[in-house]
Amino acid sequence: MTIKGKAYIAGIYEHPTRHAPDKSTAQLHAEVAKGAIEDAGLTKDDIDGYFCAGDAPGGLWPMVDYLGLNTKKLRHVDSTETGGCSYLIHLGHAAEAIAAGKCSVALVTLAGKPRTGVMPPRASGAEADFELAYGATTHNAYGMCAMRHMHDYGTTSEQLAWIKVAASHHAQYNPHAMLKEVVTVEDVLNSPMISDPLHRMDCCVVTDGGGAMIVTTPEIAKSLKKPLVRLIGHGEAAKGPRGGKDLDLTYSAGVWSGPRAFEEAGVTPKDIKYASIYDSFTITVLMQLEDLGFCKKGEGGKFVADGNLISGVGKLPFNTDGGGLCSNHPVNRGGMTKILEAVRQLRGEAHPKVQVPNCDLAIAHGTGGLLGVRHAASTCILERA
Amino acid sequence: MSEAKKYNAPVTNPETAPFWDAAKQGKFMIKRCTACGEAHYFPRSICPFCFSDKTVWEESSGEAVVYTYSLMRKSPTGPYAIAYVTLKEGPSLQTNIVDCDLETVKIGQKVKVVWKPTDGAPLPFFAPA
Repeated sequence: MTIKGKAYIAGIYEHPTRHAPDKSTAQLHAEVAKGAIEDAGLTKDDIDGYFCAGDAPGGLWPMVDYLGLNTKKLRHVDSTETGGCSYLIHLGHAAEAIAAGKCSVALVTLAGKPRTGVMPPRASGAEADFELAYGATTHNAYGMCAMRHMHDYGTTSEQLAWIKVAASHHAQYNPHAMLKEVVTVEDVLNSPMISDPLHRMDCCVVTDGGGAMIVTTPEIAKSLKKPLVRLIGHGEAAKGPRGGKDLDLTYSAGVWSGPRAFEEAGVTPKDIKYASIYDSFTITVLMQLEDLGFCKKGEGGKFVADGNLISGVGKLPFNTDGGGLCSNHPVNRGGMTKILEAVRQLRGEAHPKVQVPNCDLAIAHGTGGLLGVRHAASTCILERA
Repeated sequence: MSEAKKYNAPVTNPETAPFWDAAKQGKFMIKRCTACGEAHYFPRSICPFCFSDKTVWEESSGEAVVYTYSLMRKSPTGPYAIAYVTLKEGPSLQTNIVDCDLETVKIGQKVKVVWKPTDGAPLPFFAPA
């Protein structure tokens, strides 16, 4: 049993807003749902599967009701919550459901207002009494990973800065990007230190907004007008300190989700033409490139330096929308936008200045939770059909 | 300054109450599995490695080395150093490095457990040994 080629992404929509004081979170979910359904050329009544995560107000059933999904048709739902990579996992799960005949047109939505609204509290597990007092935040949890990576492999702040530089080169062409200014390695190094060794420009933006996609069967996708993009491999994994034995913060759960996805797809990292890599911080990208096998562990710094991630310049164009570092990181969850830009690349709909020529194979990968504490990872391999 | 920081009392539960009772006596406890021999932290009743229920409490030396850290430059309560330290007995755990010039914290540095009061049981932190 495989999901290879069993599901297509037929509709995508990324909300253009980055600041939405005048909208509700539920409204943003509805707006992105509408956008993705219209992009596919379908109607709301075609939806028979719905996927959302912890950002959906009230969770699954309140969203189904608010959106007015056709409950006589809706026959598959999934509220898997793995933080920022939830939507990459939703894509894999939607493909599984479609392959099993449990639904035929799945809608996945993400939206929220971290800048102008109330964010749902981060859930805490059995570790709460033993960790909450120490003030782990995204900044310092990823800072601890970067600090150890530098210690073990000699990775430098200059190398990390190249990741932001590449994202900014792409963001200049995205009219919706929150930060459109091209920056230099020196700009990153001169930005204020937030949590050592991460500077402000090593951190992603905080944006209101959202995104959605429609996942469907090969037959329905082929009956529609959009260029065909299909999922050919998917992997998911989780990692944590697990009792504190053999702690190693220099790798992520991507070391497991990546190979699972590549194996199912029957391709290797060197076949990939475009990479959407979750960029909550520069270190997130560097570690995941290593974990996914684009370079050896410890050589990420060398790999990302000198513009190697810039489209048209380097060997591995990444996050050509400007990514979370410059364009958009709706609800502090980057998984959806990673899929959306990969689909644009495969459709040939990316901005002409960053479109990868003959882009027929792409990866979208992300993590959720805190890389230095507990996190999940998911990898999707997408192909132009 | 970290000295002025107020910490919430641990909520505790039946599984972890012995840890917090010992903390009130200044004892830093870990769990060890008598089936596989592995120590772990934070404490569970079932071993996270071999899944045996033969876990027992053991007092840790409280001696550790810094595995990694990050100095959070700004927060509502001031700068702080979050870290993972590796205990002499094996397990690594999340903590803050306290009672020192935060700029001097280094990977590999020797540290020792210190306790900070709450309205309930005290919380373990680590300071340069």
